[in-house]
Amino acid sequence: MAKRALDAGHEVSVLDSDPLSHERLDKDQLTTWEDAGGRFTVSTALEIDGLIEAGIEQADVFVAATSGDNTNLVIAQIAQRRFKVQKVVVRVADPARAAWYAEQGLLTICPTQVAIDEASRVVLA
Amino acid sequence: MYVIICGAGKVGWNLARELIAKEREVTLIESDHGRYRVVEEELEHAVQYGDATELWVLERGGIQRADLVIAVTGDDEDNILICQMAKEKYGVQRIVARVNNPRNLQHFRLLDVQPAVSATDLILRLIEHEVPEYGLIQLLALEEEHLEIIELEVGRGSEAAGRRVQDVELPDGSLIISVLRGGAGFVPKADSVIQPGDQVLLILDPGLESQITPQFAPNGASPG
Repeated sequence: MAKRALDAGHEVSVLDSDPLSHERLDKDQLTTWEDAGGRFTVSTALEIDGLIEAGIEQADVFVAATSGDNTNLVIAQIAQRRFKVQKVVVRVADPARAAWYAEQGLLTICPTQVAIDEASRVVLA
Repeated sequence: MYVIICGAGKVGWNLARELIAKEREVTLIESDHGRYRVVEEELEHAVQYGDATELWVLERGGIQRADLVIAVTGDDEDNILICQMAKEKYGVQRIVARVNNPRNLQHFRLLDVQPAVSATDLILRLIEHEVPEYGLIQLLALEEEHLEIIELEVGRGSEAAGRRVQDVELPDGSLIISVLRGGAGFVPKADSVIQPGDQVLLILDPGLESQITPQFAPNGASPG
């Protein structure tokens, strides 16, 4: 998603607690992530200093896509309520939680639900 | 009263024991199977195995009829989520959350998960706010009211020693609320006499400490 956004001409800043995840951004690229214009910050998700360093105060869009639903949901709400980011997108694997938080006004993407819908469509066709 | 406790660590397990001993109905939820098995030997059906951040686990635990939900897992995000869902989805009247990392307290406050208790923070306050010269200890900070409660010892020969409560020179915005003497505490009247050696509790607007502590400093001690 970060790579696609960068290719589409947007300013992209990535935050991850694992410095080695940077390698995924460089993989198969002609230049490094930074040379291509991207930003990368190492920090845990809830650390306000890290979020500010990554540029959350200037962000138009915030995407919470860590591997933990709960982290994603908490940090998305921080982005929304504290930093007033316009568009906040949250990856939530658990369909029940995703549904509830969608009702609360978060833009949730549920990979599990998408898979269920697709697979059902194929199987039941 | 029906209480659900999420997280069977030392805090959760002991909380459950205490509440059960007081004959409250308790369900403890634990997501680690090994831990669950150990606790189950003692608490039997009062403990359930599952991830308390999942809606079906909370529903299986009877969250719709819970009066109080306590989130004491080792994970701050989980505690926030459990309390949010308890309050906002299931309408639970009272929640209590544990904060593991004091730096996350601000997130609990932002998302209105209160009260949020951080053990580290409580101890830090006792360390930081003990002013050795006058033995001032900050016991409690009331966040919303912007007030704090401090404890002071009445020094020998101090200004306050031997005076009636109403005659102790205290700035506006502070009040003596209790006196501990000889191991027994009491709420003083305006004409109660303060004695050297008394431990006095005061409630005050933060920032007034420097006007208060000199009144209780032992004779000959230089004011800070």
